[in-house]
Amino acid sequence: MSRTLDAQRRYLGLERRVKRENLKRVWYRFKRSRLSLIGLSLICLLILFVGLAEFIAPYPEHAGLYINFKDAYKPPSLEHLLGTDMYGRDVLSRVIFGFRYAFLLIGIVLSLVVPTGVVLGLIAGYYRGTIIETIIIRLSDIFISIPYLVLALAIASILEPNIYNAMLAVSLMWWPWYVKLTHSVTASLRNEPFILAAEAQGASTVHILFRELLPNQLGIILTKVTLDAGWVVLIGAAISFVGLGAQPPTPDLGTMVSEYSKYLPSYWWMSMGPALGIVLIILSFNLLGDGIRDVFAGD
Amino acid sequence: MSEGVNMQKDSILMVSDVRKYFKIKEGIVKAVDGVSFSVKYGETLALVGESGSGKTTTGHVVMGFYPPDSGGILYKGRHDLSIPIKKRSLELKREIQIVFQDPGTSLNPKHMIKDIVGLPLRIHRLADSSGVYGKVAELLEFVGLGEDFMFKYPHELGGGEKQLVAIARALAPSPSFIILDEPTSALDVSSQAKVLNTLSRIQKEHDISYLLITHDLGVVRNIAHRVMIMYLGKIYEEAPTEEFFREPLHPYTQMLLSSIPTLTRQDEEIKPKGVEAVGEIPSALSPPKGCRFHTRCPFAKPVCSEREPPDVMTDNGHVVRCWLYE
Repeated sequence: MSRTLDAQRRYLGLERRVKRENLKRVWYRFKRSRLSLIGLSLICLLILFVGLAEFIAPYPEHAGLYINFKDAYKPPSLEHLLGTDMYGRDVLSRVIFGFRYAFLLIGIVLSLVVPTGVVLGLIAGYYRGTIIETIIIRLSDIFISIPYLVLALAIASILEPNIYNAMLAVSLMWWPWYVKLTHSVTASLRNEPFILAAEAQGASTVHILFRELLPNQLGIILTKVTLDAGWVVLIGAAISFVGLGAQPPTPDLGTMVSEYSKYLPSYWWMSMGPALGIVLIILSFNLLGDGIRDVFAGD
Repeated sequence: MSEGVNMQKDSILMVSDVRKYFKIKEGIVKAVDGVSFSVKYGETLALVGESGSGKTTTGHVVMGFYPPDSGGILYKGRHDLSIPIKKRSLELKREIQIVFQDPGTSLNPKHMIKDIVGLPLRIHRLADSSGVYGKVAELLEFVGLGEDFMFKYPHELGGGEKQLVAIARALAPSPSFIILDEPTSALDVSSQAKVLNTLSRIQKEHDISYLLITHDLGVVRNIAHRVMIMYLGKIYEEAPTEEFFREPLHPYTQMLLSSIPTLTRQDEEIKPKGVEAVGEIPSALSPPKGCRFHTRCPFAKPVCSEREPPDVMTDNGHVVRCWLYE
């Protein structure tokens, strides 16, 4: 008995070692490219801003309703690195709080969209050639065919224009892309012998979908998720810009660009701050996405 | 009649008049067109044919990857195999396993070998999560791979090793019947020998029946007990292996045998003469009328292109479907 226990312990140890080595290999592939490292560090920095905005922002009280006309319309200086706006609020502080809303948007949208899209895509691909596939794919097509701003407009007019309804609108137009992606990969893997082998052994459909098919497309899904994170921010900003998203004084980057654009070009620094914030987020996620793609390349 | 009952008794698998057609844009492909055979307990039956002859389709129909359009498949005299795999009982799935042609695609590239071989153990509850390691190690040991293969991924293995893993996986749930779908044709010669020896050893020790699908007559000679020759969806000759190589009857079989390159004068002498390999296998979309081989047959008579040849039984259990022996 103790002999088998010993063997058991040895096997578990071996397995752990191999898994650790694999992680090391993943990290090695990722860090080969300096740009993806830069992307990762930028994301970490942004997450730090998101978590500790109150402590990092030089004037945390400027994030929301705050009026100090004495300091209004100040260009960038040492005191206000990105200048101040028409109410005398520090733009940098507002941008730092703006990251919080951007990440909230990314988090909520992607956690709604990715699981829904991936699960539906896996099912559609696995049941290819059946009515199930037709229903799922046609439904996705319907949602894809509606322009997202029109959808946001519809939702904002039915409900009310705020950041959560903006998220809902973005989510509703986004999930079909994950269906399309996973459906096409799954359908091409569907009749691979390793899937037939799992079926022959009597594996459940759930096992085949999530343990056989999903791991073989995790790389491409993760790459899309990171690249999409930037896009979600951009589209969220667009919805806010046309006034259907977060409403002032919420320090949302898109809302800020929209608000401050009225003061262009004389007070250029106001809209430049949040615009640079948006660019920074998109850039970092794109660099990270490239790194993740490199890790999975050649698989 | 009594013969039929007897056949049922000692056959693990009985296939009778199975047809499988595929509809494609250009028409209907008659991949398997009325095939009957039976595999006896503990025997290796080889199903031999060129690419496109329908041999793999036959194997997949037996597996239930797609059900036959018509005809019956009976397993151990009582289980109906003409139902798709999804509708079969877990027990039936445990008993019938398959080894695919290309081990490069039959093992999930994302799984460790221990998970690949351990999966059937877990599905059929033959080991709990802690017992899986030991069982997998045993199975790998048995097919001639060390236990250190457990924690490798398929891409770290050579072709022969991968195929041995696939065999270990097929063996894991202790099946009674394994379909070997060209188990060696994707391997180099040295791995082929190892895989074939392992397969023979498994059969002897576990009393498993094989349906060996192959185009390699060398493999057939090594491990098969009986041989069937398939051409364009139909079986044209069936004989015990020794008898088959001693006296191939069907002109197609003779053509196949004479196309094997030989090394020694002795081999050259036993090769059938006068049947040169000519032409290509016709399309299964519009198979020739009558005997499907008549377009390439050097001995074709007028009747060959008109009517299906009859089954001609000789002694020694040799069956040939050809007008020449009528």
